[in-house]
Amino acid sequence: MTTLIWLLPLPPLLAFFVILLFTNKRKALSHGIAVGAAGLSWLGSMIIFIRALGVEEFGKHVFGSSINWLPTGSTWLKVGVQIDPLSAAVVFFVAWTVLAIFVYSIGYHNFGQPKGDHDVAGLPPHGTTITEHGHKHTVPSIEPMYSRFFAFISLFAFGMYTLVVSDNLLTLFVGWEIMGLCSYLLIGFWFGKPSARDAAVKAFMTTRIGDVFMLLGIAFVYSFTGSLSFSEIFKPEMLQALASTPAFFGLSAAGIIGLLLFIGTVGKSAQWPLHVWLPDAMEGPTPVSAMIHAATMVSAGVYMVIRMFPLISAGWTEGMPLNTTMSVIAFIGAFTALFAATIAVAQNDIKRVLAYSTISQLGFMIAALGIGAYVAAAFHLVTHAFFKALLFLGSGSVIHGMEHWVLHTDDHVDPQDMFNMGGLRKKMPITFWTFLIGGFALSGFPVLTAGFWSKDEIFAEAFGNGHLVVFVVLAMAAFLTAFYTMRQITLTFFGEPRTKAAEHASETPWTMTVPLIVLAIFAVGYGWVGIPEHFPGLGGLIPNWFHEFVGGTLAELPKAVEFSWVPLITSLCVALGGLFFGWLVYHKVKSPKQDFLQIPVLKNKWYFDEIYNFVFVKPASWIAEKFTSLYMDQTVIDGLLHSVARFSLFLGHVFRNYFDKPIINEFLGDGTGNLVKASGSGLRKIQAGRIQYYMVVSMVVLVLFAVMYYFLIGGM
Amino acid sequence: MSIPLSWYLILAAALFSIGLFGVLSRKNAIAILLGVELMLNAVNINLVAFWRYLDPVNMAGQVFAVIVFAVAAAEVAVGLALIISVYRRRKTVVADEIDLMKW
Repeated sequence: MTTLIWLLPLPPLLAFFVILLFTNKRKALSHGIAVGAAGLSWLGSMIIFIRALGVEEFGKHVFGSSINWLPTGSTWLKVGVQIDPLSAAVVFFVAWTVLAIFVYSIGYHNFGQPKGDHDVAGLPPHGTTITEHGHKHTVPSIEPMYSRFFAFISLFAFGMYTLVVSDNLLTLFVGWEIMGLCSYLLIGFWFGKPSARDAAVKAFMTTRIGDVFMLLGIAFVYSFTGSLSFSEIFKPEMLQALASTPAFFGLSAAGIIGLLLFIGTVGKSAQWPLHVWLPDAMEGPTPVSAMIHAATMVSAGVYMVIRMFPLISAGWTEGMPLNTTMSVIAFIGAFTALFAATIAVAQNDIKRVLAYSTISQLGFMIAALGIGAYVAAAFHLVTHAFFKALLFLGSGSVIHGMEHWVLHTDDHVDPQDMFNMGGLRKKMPITFWTFLIGGFALSGFPVLTAGFWSKDEIFAEAFGNGHLVVFVVLAMAAFLTAFYTMRQITLTFFGEPRTKAAEHASETPWTMTVPLIVLAIFAVGYGWVGIPEHFPGLGGLIPNWFHEFVGGTLAELPKAVEFSWVPLITSLCVALGGLFFGWLVYHKVKSPKQDFLQIPVLKNKWYFDEIYNFVFVKPASWIAEKFTSLYMDQTVIDGLLHSVARFSLFLGHVFRNYFDKPIINEFLGDGTGNLVKASGSGLRKIQAGRIQYYMVVSMVVLVLFAVMYYFLIGGM
Repeated sequence: MSIPLSWYLILAAALFSIGLFGVLSRKNAIAILLGVELMLNAVNINLVAFWRYLDPVNMAGQVFAVIVFAVAAAEVAVGLALIISVYRRRKTVVADEIDLMKW
């Protein structure tokens, strides 16, 4: 069993390498390997999940194993895998959504279609002209970088599985960062578009800020506890020590660590203030948006913070006022939920609405965790994964349907703008019904959808534990959620087609609609495993399996909150009210001019991008371009180097022209030569060639020698 | 003897000097040879004088003088042959003009 857990992340990793190295040119083989790998991991996940269901008190008898990995003096840093109730529930939805999205991607990237006329790797495909029945028309073409896509999403799936099955913060962080990398690669998948490149960098930078703090938190954990394994950190005595040791800023060690790790989640799950990357991430292909930014990667942030709940809530029990860390988490969650919902009502791009919706729903989960509603947060995480993935895939299907016309003509209508749609319920029925189910789940449509049950639980916990501010804020956010969701559905599917593109839309192939149907089933059915026991009418018919199962992860099973009518009525009112008002307002609206909610502040996302640009990006650019590059590097350092060079040149010139040439070359070098030459020309005059001259010379020398002999050596 | 040795020596010296002067200053190569002859003869006089006045019994002095004559005669023959050869080549016997060995 534990071997299977170790093997769970392996198939997608192998798929990544195989596709990258060997099957890049063969599209069918690539997607086959990727889907096969996702299928294998799905199978393993299901086996593990079913086995886990069968264990009594699974929270106390988790499946796990670890190995000694890094020697640290006399001890070892251990890494390993663990499946406890929380990770079992998470691995369940990860397996399904990943498989569904992989299959969807086959259809999304137009497998089976011919290659494009002038498709370039790095830009979205533009269609090919084929001659059919005598006349030409354009059909969608297959994505040029088809295999690369499947390689990347396989790597991404590996990262997510690693994160979910890990039993320690180190491998969790490894999976976290791998997903960050894949997010960058996949948002910037169509790297020919400058907007996609910028969005990829923005995503990576923003999540990196969160990751830095998270790494600090991990380092702090290690330095305090000497271990990174969850089982070690969450021991009661360890938590007690963490909670009672004071650290910085008046917080305990547990508080600071919780806060630092939470900042990682703020980045990864796009909470305010690090939310700016997620809407821009819609530049990536829709399966990417579905997987990374709805179902799995941003959920990883919430998963991590849920996992760290014992640490965050160390020293806190139900009924006490929240400790600082939890208050911060609750505040950011609730604020983000409302903040993002207000922006979503003014967006016209079908994917942007869903992006802000994701941010808002993640805010719900995080707020739930902040007020201590562990099970509610986990429940909403799972249901949200299903219906948000469904919604994103549905939007991709809609965009595909609209693009048939856009390719057909040179009509430059934006296939993603909702105001160009309308009446698609007749043209794309499967997409319509599944999108409707997903939208209702998102809004919290009563009883029939999973979103209702999970959201209602959050409301109940907030109200029941006295966190009224959070309750009211989340209720307002829920109203806006229902409102903008119905706005979206009305503008896209109801009414009559507003443009030719909508008139000519057609349903997408089975590889895209079957995953929608599968996810829709979960979006409806998954809620029924978490019906609270005291719910009027339906409570108690099905036991609240989710609460028992996932709640068992904690040391003590959290108490289910008592039933109260107030949160239930509130939930019904905001959901149904929001849906009704959304339909009421928008079934008559045909263009943005008639939409009274197109307020500039909301449309421009509360100008946060502009603020960040002004406060962070421009100064950073200035520091890089002007200060460091121009002033310091080019002027000072290069100037210094140039001066040194000029001085050396000067010295060289001096040496050459004042020492080397005159003295060495001329005086010593040429001089000796000239001296010899001169003496030679002088001395050779002795060789006159005339006998008598020679004889005179010899006579003179003879006389000289005689005189010398007479005076020096002997006398007469 | 009534004539002192020194008079013969002075005579020889004088003849030698005249000969030397002739060798060093005459232009014509044959004249130089004549001067050489004079120097050789002066040497002979010197030799004979010393023989006669110091050791007249020993034959060596006469023999030496005879050898000097023979050498002088041979040398003149060779010298004249050389001059004729040079004349045939350079058409001149002026010593100053035969300076092929100049630098």
